[in-house]
Amino acid sequence: MTAPAGWVKSEQQAERERLRRNHSMRSSSVATVSTILVIVLLVWGFTNSPGWPRVQETFFNSEQFVRALPDVLSGFLLNIKIFLIAEPLILIVGLLVALARNLKAPVFFPLRALAVAYTDIFRGVPTILVIYLVGFGLPALGLQGMPTDLATLGIIALTLSYGAYVAEVFRSGIDSVHPSQWAAARSLGLSHGRTMRHVVVPQAVRRVVPPLLNDFVSLQKDTALVATIGPLEALRQAQIHAASTFNYTPYLAAALLFILLTIPMARFTDYLAARSQRRRGH
Amino acid sequence: MVRPSMLLALGAIAVAAVACAPASDTTVQAGPSAPATCAKDQLTLKTAGKLTIGTDKPAYEPWFKDDAPANGKGFESAVAYAVAKQLGFGDSEVAWATVKFDSAFAPGAKQFDFDLNQVSVTPDRAKVVDFSRGYYTVKQAVVALDGSKVAAATDLAALKDAKIGVQVGTTSLQAVKDVIKPAAEPNVYNEQIDAVNALKNKQVDAVVVDLPTAFYVTAAQVENSKIVGQFGAVSGTPEVFGAVFEKGSPLVGCVNEAIDKLTSSGELAAIETEWLGSAAGAPELK
Repeated sequence: MTAPAGWVKSEQQAERERLRRNHSMRSSSVATVSTILVIVLLVWGFTNSPGWPRVQETFFNSEQFVRALPDVLSGFLLNIKIFLIAEPLILIVGLLVALARNLKAPVFFPLRALAVAYTDIFRGVPTILVIYLVGFGLPALGLQGMPTDLATLGIIALTLSYGAYVAEVFRSGIDSVHPSQWAAARSLGLSHGRTMRHVVVPQAVRRVVPPLLNDFVSLQKDTALVATIGPLEALRQAQIHAASTFNYTPYLAAALLFILLTIPMARFTDYLAARSQRRRGH
Repeated sequence: MVRPSMLLALGAIAVAAVACAPASDTTVQAGPSAPATCAKDQLTLKTAGKLTIGTDKPAYEPWFKDDAPANGKGFESAVAYAVAKQLGFGDSEVAWATVKFDSAFAPGAKQFDFDLNQVSVTPDRAKVVDFSRGYYTVKQAVVALDGSKVAAATDLAALKDAKIGVQVGTTSLQAVKDVIKPAAEPNVYNEQIDAVNALKNKQVDAVVVDLPTAFYVTAAQVENSKIVGQFGAVSGTPEVFGAVFEKGSPLVGCVNEAIDKLTSSGELAAIETEWLGSAAGAPELK
């Protein structure tokens, strides 16, 4: 918006803006002071505890950190690989299962039942158990063409486990689209499939982006669980270093890498949520 | 302008922080020193009148039998009771604590007087905990399924292309990296049994474990498996298992004395023969 020529702010408007500026200045300076104070108090409290030197030596040891970091970092690449491959697969599985649960015709009952059973089972079983059963169970079958690569087995397990969560997220998105949308599309002569494709699913997906991203942050962390079936990812590399030196700092290095990966995702989620709030005019 | 509510909140935080702060620093512990006498009533113990010994759960054969350390069966259980006897504790005065490998070296108060868990003594580890003198000299061994591509290996070079499985936290992993130097990264498992299952599933060509465990694996855990061979550490100094103590524990000297007595009297060798047999029949891999 450009101001029309010859327009000047009124006295009142200028005063209003000045007040707003002052107010935001004051609140941000108070926030800064209180944050600094809290941090100082916490640091002082920790470093004055009797066990601090011991903790510093075993958890915050820079020499050990430097020693372990290359290995932990190379393991972390595997975490990222697993996560990047599992992600799209999970989206596909989740959306297909959600659509299957939404089929209304009686002839599709077996498909619906299967979808319900899948979400119930895989949401109920701890992820680490799914990984364990897939990682040791599938190869034990001894079938031809069964994947033997550990990362692949881990990806299959994570996809099964997270697909169930994501299916539920999609389903809640589909259910949240107002029935009038559905009715309008059908009355225009669109088939069930086309109604879903052009009207319902696009709206549903847009609504569930924040919870989906939330599940993906969770998935990034859970790639560490794949360690149980043997591949050398970040957590396992850290554990190996910790066991050979009896020092816990490598774990901290792994934690740091995971945080660096998940924080941008979390901020992005917040931003998207805020944007959709704004769009809805709140 | 700070609102009163702000002041209250900050004040509360400050008070809380001060309240959490320690009243006084504990005295720094002295280095390991044997007490003037190793008489039973002079020892500093976790629980008065009881010797508390830690080990992992599950406790595997041949080190322990039936996952029950208190039955005196299995090599480490037998060693524990022999050491306790030297220190003047009867069998009923020995208490066992479950200590996962990872928590055996955690800083802070320990749950045990000492920990017996096939822990190899290394210089790096000795900076963090105190070790007793070695009670067993260990060699690594390679186990494979009969008829697999590595089963006929006669030297270390033949294992270069094998996919190897090991348990995390063991020196076996270090030995694999230093001595065998395989082309493919080894698979690392949480538990020994996971590595053994991976061998059964043919997910790995071979597992590397310590020699007594290898004998147990081939005898009782995996049918049609064999010990391909044994090999020693790369450094040339033999690898030994030692009991783990909190850094600066006053018990170290007394337990060392007990182990020395058991060694010189031949009792330790007898326990070894009883539970671990002799290491004959496993060819050396060079």
